[in-house]
Amino acid sequence: MSLAVRVIPCLDVAAGRVVKGVNFKELRDQGDPVELSRAYYEQGADELTFLDVTATTEDRATMYDVVTRTAEQVFIPLTVGGGVRSVADVARLLASGADKIGINSAAIARPPLIAEIADRFGAQVVVLSLDVTRAPGTPSGFVVTTHGGRRLTELDALEWAAEAVRLGAGELLVNSIDADGTKAGYDLELITAMRSVSSVPVIASGGAGALRDFAPAVQAGADAVLAASVFHSRSLTVGEVKRELAAEGIEVRS
Amino acid sequence: MSRPSVVVLDYGSGNVHSAVKALQEAGADVELTGNRARALEADGLVVPGVGAFGAVMSALREARGDETIDRRLAGGRPVLGICVGMQVMFERGVERGVDTPGLGEWPGTVDELRAPVLPHIGWNTVDAPEDSVLFAGLRDERFYFVHSYGAREWTLEPQRPFRAPSVTWATHGEPFVAAVENGPLSATQFHPEKSGQAGIRLLANWIHSLAA
Repeated sequence: MSLAVRVIPCLDVAAGRVVKGVNFKELRDQGDPVELSRAYYEQGADELTFLDVTATTEDRATMYDVVTRTAEQVFIPLTVGGGVRSVADVARLLASGADKIGINSAAIARPPLIAEIADRFGAQVVVLSLDVTRAPGTPSGFVVTTHGGRRLTELDALEWAAEAVRLGAGELLVNSIDADGTKAGYDLELITAMRSVSSVPVIASGGAGALRDFAPAVQAGADAVLAASVFHSRSLTVGEVKRELAAEGIEVRS
Repeated sequence: MSRPSVVVLDYGSGNVHSAVKALQEAGADVELTGNRARALEADGLVVPGVGAFGAVMSALREARGDETIDRRLAGGRPVLGICVGMQVMFERGVERGVDTPGLGEWPGTVDELRAPVLPHIGWNTVDAPEDSVLFAGLRDERFYFVHSYGAREWTLEPQRPFRAPSVTWATHGEPFVAAVENGPLSATQFHPEKSGQAGIRLLANWIHSLAA
């Protein structure tokens, strides 16, 4: 018996509602984040991730409230990301009831932010979120994007991951922009590559569409598997995913 | 019978919101405060803690939490440390080469686990002794851990006439102390307030022991 692989539903939140959007356009309402969180908790979710996808000033206050109401009812870890730009943002989210904080573009713009957050709150609070796309001809073949995958950066994804861990990131949330929304399975090569450069846990994200997609991600090296729309659309439950993983000989929390 | 009163010690440590809610859910009358008198008179005191060992110790000392904990333990009043709130009960913490004195309630050093993947994040099994009060009815459950450092040895010898401590172990790369029940002082390396219904049950076990 050892550490269980975690199954993590991800909720994109805008103006206090869970939304499903294609490249941040045509946001469609998927429900109340607190109610959905409660349902996933009861299904056996090991953790929850909220991404604030609009992060306007008005929505920010709503987000703190959603985090607080969720943490009052759901006794599993809660990661909140989206629009986190400073140590003060992190402090406010932790005080609202978040356990871990996802940072993405602010860390790309100013990498020392990772160390500042880790020094103040511990590395375990910092989840570096990477939106990665394949780019032939680059050192690893994978580069980091921003703006939901619409803008390429100069950063090689594996080099950035290693740098972020060195600065104090406690986990890597690796989202494949190419696989995201395709429901054709996780990008297994990306997961394997990330695992090989990372001493911290790797969370696989992007591409989950069917039960058979989850075990290969774990076999490729993921410590946790994250999915959004398959859970929100009710095509799969967390329990079904766990039973499938267990049937493949992978340890899960039953 | 009224609900046992529990104070969650407020000394500026991370997310304590969930600890308060989980303890309420588990049956306690909970107050989050740094007030010394309230912390001394409650039936139980919870010492949370996240972040660096050194930072937690400085914050605890600044709030005179060390004195509050000592006073309670001297009077046999229950204290429950969680995560770094457990680690500081040992003599020393060594993190990134920084060696910080702890509260010294127990002998031993907290230092980095030797494991291929750190931090140790997620749900792990534990090996609790038969006589454990905290883990009663929770034999096959997993609990949520998030830490890189731990007590890799337990060296406190049983001393007559005191009852031998009940020590629970977990393994990540190597065995480490997952929980201790030692007279009035209990502690968990994992987060019961983040361990779902199993965690609530463990907190309820502790709360029931306060009323006994």
